[in-house]
Amino acid sequence: MMTETNALAKAKVPAAIVAKAATVAQQNVKVGKRKVTADAANKRMAWVVQVNAIRDSQDRSAFSELFAYFAPRVKSFLMKSGASPDLAEECTQEVMATLWNKAHMFDPAKASVSTWIFTIARNRKIDILRKQRRPEPEDLPWGPEAEPDQAEAIGLQQETEQLGKAMAALPDEQRKLIERAYFGELSHSEIAAETGLPLGTIKSRIRLALDRLRHAMK
Amino acid sequence: MMNDMKQIKHHLTEPLLMGYAAGTLPEAFNLVVATHITMCDTCRAALAEYEAVGGEVMLDAEPVDIAEDALAATLAKIDGGLVKETPHPARKADSVFPGPLQDYVSGEIDSLKWRKVGGGVSQLVLKTSKDASVRLLRIPAGTAVPDHGHRGTELTLVLQGAFTDEEDRFGTGDVEVANEDLHHKPVAEKGMDCICLAATDAPLRFNGLVPRIAQRFIGI
Repeated sequence: MMTETNALAKAKVPAAIVAKAATVAQQNVKVGKRKVTADAANKRMAWVVQVNAIRDSQDRSAFSELFAYFAPRVKSFLMKSGASPDLAEECTQEVMATLWNKAHMFDPAKASVSTWIFTIARNRKIDILRKQRRPEPEDLPWGPEAEPDQAEAIGLQQETEQLGKAMAALPDEQRKLIERAYFGELSHSEIAAETGLPLGTIKSRIRLALDRLRHAMK
Repeated sequence: MMNDMKQIKHHLTEPLLMGYAAGTLPEAFNLVVATHITMCDTCRAALAEYEAVGGEVMLDAEPVDIAEDALAATLAKIDGGLVKETPHPARKADSVFPGPLQDYVSGEIDSLKWRKVGGGVSQLVLKTSKDASVRLLRIPAGTAVPDHGHRGTELTLVLQGAFTDEEDRFGTGDVEVANEDLHHKPVAEKGMDCICLAATDAPLRFNGLVPRIAQRFIGI
C-alpha cells in the first residue's frame, strides 16, 4: 500500500506537465506592457517539481537550488521587516528547514512556491521578531477527491506569475506603498481602503480551488 | 456553523486582509481575522490572494548576501531535527468557538468566567499582546450594549445570534469594522444571546457619565 501511495505522489507533477505549462505559456498572455514568457512559467513549475522532489526523495540538490534562489530573498524580506542581519540569517535558515519539513503539505493548486515560502517567513517573523502567538484559520480538511488537479496547478502558477508582472507594472508610488505595507512600515489604519491591487484572474482561480475543496468534502 | 457561510454579508476589509497576510497586525486583530476566515470562504480566498501578493513582494526584494556556510548549516539543522514544527492542537468541531479561538478560550459559553459590564452585558477579556485588546461579549437577547465610540479601530465578529446597530444587521459570521467616526449602539436580536468577539486597538469611549465611570472599573 505504501508503495502505491508513493508512486501516486510521484506522478503528481511529472515532466510532461512542465512541458504543457510551457506550451500554454507560449500563448503569451498579455499583462499590461509585459508578456508572461514560457521561461517564467517554467521557472515556477520547476520550483514545484523541486519541492515535490524534496517531499518524495529528500532530494538535496533540489533543495540547494531552491535555497540558492529563495534564501537571499527571504533574508532580505526579514531585514526589511526589521530584523538585524544576524537574526535574519538565523530565521532564513529556519524558514528553509521548515520548507524541507513541510514539503508534503505544499499544494501547487492553492499557492505558488513563492507564496508558500513567504507565508513560512511571515510566520517565523511573527514568532521570532514580534514574539507573539499567531492565530491561524482552521485548515480545510482534505476530502477524498481533493488531490490537486494538474491543470489547476499550472493555471495557478501562471496566474501568480501574471500577478507579479502586473505588480511590477504599477506606478512606482503605488508599488512602494504595497511594499511598505508588507515590510510592516504601514499599520492597517494607514493602508488605503482600496489598495487597487491587480489581483485579476488569480482571484477566480483561487476561489475555484476552494469551491472544489468544499465540494469534495460534502 | 461553518456551512452557513452563504449568509455572511459583512466581510474583512482589504487593509485587514493585507495586514494579516503581511504579519503586521496586533495579535488581538489576528485572532478576529483568523476566526472570521475559519467561518468565511470568501475571506479565506481573499487572504490567499494577499499572501500571493506578499510572495511577489518578497521575490522582488533586493537579494542580500547569505552566510557562506548557510546551506550546510541549514542541512545540519534539518538532519538534527533542530527546527521543530508546532503541531496543530486538537480542536472540537461542535463548539460555538471556531478553531483559532479555542486556543484562547478554555470551555464553552456557560462554563466561562464572565464578568458583568452593566445592562446585563458580560465580557471575558482574552490574553494577547498589549498593542490591542480582544474580548468575548455576551449580550442577552434583546439587550443593548452601552452607546460607545472609538478612538481606533474596533472589529466585532458575531459567533452566535445577531445584533443590529445604526449601520445594519450583523448575523453569525459577520464582522463589523468600525472606525472612530462610528458611535454605535448594538442591540442583540430577540430569541438568543448574542456572543461576539470584539477587538480594539484603542480604549472604547462610552457616551454618558455612568458608562464612563463604569469603564474605569471594567477596563473596556
